[in-house]
Amino acid sequence: MRRRIRAAISGLWWRALSALGLSRERWLALPHTARRAVKATVWVGIGLLLVLGLGVWKPSALAIAAVILVLVVPRYDRITFRGRRVGKHFIPLAVLAIAVTYPFYAYNSNGVSPSLPQLPVFGTFPLMSTMVNMGIFVIMALGLNFVVGYAGLLDLGYVAFYAIGSYTAGWLASSQFSQVNVRFGGIGVIQGLTGIHISMWLVLPIAGIITAIGGILIGLPTLRLRGDYLAIVTLGFGEILPLVARNGDSLGGFNLTNGTGGITPIDPPGFGNWLHHHLSLPANYGALGTTFDRDYFWTVLVLVLLTIFTSARLRDSRLGRAWIAIREDEIAAAAMGIPLMRTKTWAYATGAFFGGVAGAFYASYNGSSNPDEFFFQISVLILVMVILGGMGNIAGVIFGACFITYLNLEGLNNIGAWLNNHFGPGGSNFELWHKALDVPQYEYGIFGVILVVVMLFRPEGLIPNRRRAAEFHEGVHDEPLYDVVHDQPVTEGAA
Amino acid sequence: MDEPLLQTVVLRKEFGGLVAVDSVDFTVPQGAIVSLIGPNGAGKTTFFNMLTGVYKPTAGRVVFAGEDLTNLPPHVFTQRGIGRTFQNIRLFQNMTALENVLVGMHCRLKGKLFESVLHTPRVKREERAARQHARELLEYSGLRRKDREFGRNLSYGDQRRLEVARALATEPKLLLLDEPTAGMNPQETAEFTSFVARLREDRGLTVLLIEHDMRVVMGVSDRVTVLDYGEKIAEGTPGEIQKNERVIEAYLGTAAVSLS
Repeated sequence: MRRRIRAAISGLWWRALSALGLSRERWLALPHTARRAVKATVWVGIGLLLVLGLGVWKPSALAIAAVILVLVVPRYDRITFRGRRVGKHFIPLAVLAIAVTYPFYAYNSNGVSPSLPQLPVFGTFPLMSTMVNMGIFVIMALGLNFVVGYAGLLDLGYVAFYAIGSYTAGWLASSQFSQVNVRFGGIGVIQGLTGIHISMWLVLPIAGIITAIGGILIGLPTLRLRGDYLAIVTLGFGEILPLVARNGDSLGGFNLTNGTGGITPIDPPGFGNWLHHHLSLPANYGALGTTFDRDYFWTVLVLVLLTIFTSARLRDSRLGRAWIAIREDEIAAAAMGIPLMRTKTWAYATGAFFGGVAGAFYASYNGSSNPDEFFFQISVLILVMVILGGMGNIAGVIFGACFITYLNLEGLNNIGAWLNNHFGPGGSNFELWHKALDVPQYEYGIFGVILVVVMLFRPEGLIPNRRRAAEFHEGVHDEPLYDVVHDQPVTEGAA
Repeated sequence: MDEPLLQTVVLRKEFGGLVAVDSVDFTVPQGAIVSLIGPNGAGKTTFFNMLTGVYKPTAGRVVFAGEDLTNLPPHVFTQRGIGRTFQNIRLFQNMTALENVLVGMHCRLKGKLFESVLHTPRVKREERAARQHARELLEYSGLRRKDREFGRNLSYGDQRRLEVARALATEPKLLLLDEPTAGMNPQETAEFTSFVARLREDRGLTVLLIEHDMRVVMGVSDRVTVLDYGEKIAEGTPGEIQKNERVIEAYLGTAAVSLS
């Protein structure tokens, strides 16, 4: 199937070339870069035509096309400076620059993107609030990547860590415990509020650490299990914690979580008045849906960078090698002196840490911790991000997280709107459906289809890790203990 | 006589009703090359797995360099100085040769989580030295210029060599080789035999070998122990073993003994 599609595309390609008077030989004689440039231009050109025909055209589409070409055509990874391959950092840095400046060209006070074109089917570029959520989910997906991607432990209850982080923020930066009155650098908190109010900048790492401890506590009994058994037990924990949160409004008479109401409001982060006056940093980020979204976005970007940094550093460290070794072959790893339990627990704790940070930040951004947000579906969603993008590969996981979050919050809505406008009851010449189609209703069905398609055609994910790709195509050599017993047929040299 | 490097005391392993290893007393003297032989299913690999902590013995003790290691997890065995290879090669197939060796060094390196994230000078120095040492080990094991090759892409003989290099990276005092020449051609086998002898000379290693190829066993061992149906049936120098009636019987059947 995949091969047939490819063959069809390349057939079209050669036919188009010969129509232009370029024979196969002359084409192949062109320098490599020229061929890349032509191919990329053709694809981008098709994209522009689609925008022109099916989307909403804005002149900035040409600028976007130019940026894509500049990023895609030259082989940056081959650029070296004093023997070091500096070029490979170019594309990540360019993507970062585009992300950092995004609020300037894609955002006005109404929250829409006035100067950017609208894509066919997908519609407008993501809103700022979607971008903030993307950042939060990137952190979570990278956190889960430590567990699933690096150490190869299937965790179906990652939402538990998200919940712990979120509630830690709720406890430490809200009026939940009105019996006490603690303040420590809490910024933008109205005078006279009771409860614990600790600065969000401290709450983020504290939430991470508390969640990591939670991860260790959950991990100690469960990480002895292998494969499927571990997955089931983590699934159990992922169900238990939100239930505790839901019913925690009267634990022995003590209101820990405020039950179904959740904890609200939670303090926003901020820099205080002094920094506001001197460096014009925001004094406090304010509430959801305000122009402060861009501050939240830049903040989450910093957190994402820290997460990426940690992911990359740990991957190339002694611990990272041990994780990969455990994923490949647990017995051999143990025989090489790797303490299995401890190493797996570190993976769990590291993953939990970032889940907790993301949870706390989300609570602060959203202004609440609510038990309704910690469904099993979120665990699956984060897992889908990791799998779709490419397990073990940082760029892949980031892409997966951004794409799924976008679809979840905005994309499916936009797709539905586009379909209804063009084929729906009010919109077009012929009516395909009798009533308006509610695409987001089929959210999980659509994610399921995406996952199945990816697993069939590209099991290693869209941007795979070299190692992982090989594992998927050739399998890992990780059999349970008892197979060691069976002697293989031996060589003929036996006496 | 010196204290033996490795000693087992009435070591026993049962799988359900099956007695795989039946109360074996066994010693490996310091600096020796000892072979463990026996027909298929004699319990050699089970015995090996108990010596490396992969299996917990049903009864008995494993004493290494004067320390009782019975019931400790496998990585402790490796930390104390028992390195091993596997009968059915268990390399990290999707890691490069260099990474395989670096994993072997795991318990000799110290890099902690926070140091690794921060890249402290100590970790940088350690990593650089480790890479250097790993390359030397690869070269020593005859895998020069293969350091960037994935484990699975190496030839069969090279995979065997890489397993040894990886085991050497754990800085063992005692090296356990489980059928290292299985599947090798006669020339590779001869090379490997001299390599094992060289290991002892260059590195002062003690070697315990499970082997089926009698040329290897007789050529390189100081002592040979024979297992059959989980029991130790003979022990001695290669010469003695070759003449031992019970050994011939175990390998060739009773008829062979009565014929000779």
